[in-house]
Amino acid sequence: MFEFFQYGFIIRGLEAGILIGIIAPLVGMFLVLRHYSLIADTLAHVSLAGVAIGLLLNINPLITALCAATISSLAIERLRISKKIYGETALSIFLSGSLALAVVLIGLAHGFNVDLFSYLFGSIMTVKQIDIYIILILGLIIAGLLIAFYKELVYVSFDEEAAKVSGIPVKLFNNLFILLAATLIALAIPIVGILLVSALLVLPVVTALQLKKSFKATMLWAEFFSLISVLGGIIISFYLNLSSGGVIVLIMLSIFGLVLLLKRNSR
Amino acid sequence: MPVDHTKNIITVKNVSFSYDNVIVLKDINLTIHQGDYLGIIGPNGSGKTTLLKIMLGLIKPAAGEVKLFGQSIAKFKDWSKIGYVPQKAINFDLLFPATVYEVVAMGRYGNKGLLRQLDKKDDAIIKESLCRVEMYNFKDRQIGDLSSGQQQRVFIARALAAEPEVIFLDEPTVGVDLKAQEQFYTLLKKLNLEFGITLVMISHDLDMVAKEVTELACVNQNLTYHQDPKKCISGDHIHKLYGENTSFILHKH
Repeated sequence: MFEFFQYGFIIRGLEAGILIGIIAPLVGMFLVLRHYSLIADTLAHVSLAGVAIGLLLNINPLITALCAATISSLAIERLRISKKIYGETALSIFLSGSLALAVVLIGLAHGFNVDLFSYLFGSIMTVKQIDIYIILILGLIIAGLLIAFYKELVYVSFDEEAAKVSGIPVKLFNNLFILLAATLIALAIPIVGILLVSALLVLPVVTALQLKKSFKATMLWAEFFSLISVLGGIIISFYLNLSSGGVIVLIMLSIFGLVLLLKRNSR
Repeated sequence: MPVDHTKNIITVKNVSFSYDNVIVLKDINLTIHQGDYLGIIGPNGSGKTTLLKIMLGLIKPAAGEVKLFGQSIAKFKDWSKIGYVPQKAINFDLLFPATVYEVVAMGRYGNKGLLRQLDKKDDAIIKESLCRVEMYNFKDRQIGDLSSGQQQRVFIARALAAEPEVIFLDEPTVGVDLKAQEQFYTLLKKLNLEFGITLVMISHDLDMVAKEVTELACVNQNLTYHQDPKKCISGDHIHKLYGENTSFILHKH
């Protein structure tokens, strides 16, 4: 156990993992309930284009990923409201478009292929000290805003029309929420990678939903499932020399399967 | 609250609406007074839900004006005076993790304003609203686990929790069994007569509505307004509204 804490990267990975593990279900809860799960995937791919830009221009890729994800998220929301095209079509345009951009940018600059792999599947080894500070500060802002506007977000997620009639500025909250989700997704990429980030947001929430509790209790259960998966995943991936993102998501899936099984047997 | 039946609370003036060049509503005029129990009927696609949404500010009319409590709808701020029970079947996710109490609590959110949490007074109002619809004993149950009739009463409680002066209901009894429907209409009548709440209800259930409401508006692009609902049902208005071949049976309950 002592050797575990001798490595700076594992401590940074744990710090980042715990922060993301706490905030992800807060965002994931509203994503799942608003049927926005696919948006997480799309924004993650947009972040990949952002990462590619960062690597190409030699800027911290976390920052370029954040910019790409937040700007695109507002564009996606606008397309969704305009109803000129189907919601999922808007998503697939952004998903494939940003992937195309990423591939071209990667082709333009050879030599960062090694790094890129860890962005695709997550590797806590890429987490730098400055990233921890960025994750901490932005994470606190995300959590603070979600808690401050908890009641409005719950109402808008449950019944958008009734929320609007009651005087809640629905459009403002839709934009705020998608912005927060985009920020979190960009932050979570070093932990689980672009291809697995939506699992981090969605799986603990879907598992907690199976328990059929109140909104608050469901949120707490999602937090619990998320934290044990992230912690367990980072520790196991260290000892077995595996991809942290993959192990975290497999643990989340196992818990989901277990809960489904227990639920079936209890009937 | 003393009810003044001559006081106009909602005025719809020359309102028209079209969707993709198809005229949905044409030159609608309607006045709703305090204490009214107005039923709005019309065939599918007649524009009755559109009219309701225009009155709630959810849709902007192409022409005309809506006034709520004497104020133009664009400037209206006092939304806690308005309760809304949407068409449940479409807007409601059965898997949403919320207890009955949490759903009714949403009705208080608009009154509280941003950044303020619910307090003891809100808790008391939420519980009282649950009592009024006789759902207090179900307050810790999951909303998705209840029967349609029970869910609909919870949505009424959510509207009541805002302490509104008028409640709009969009096809409230769709998917609710007959016995629960009767209880539901008894509840609405109680809210209207005992608590002085103005009700505006959309329905396709002609005979039930004619029996319950005190005013009736028939919409089919145009609008005909009737002070006496029973006259509308017995006359040839129904044929005009639904076509000549409609046979209409008045159930004697």
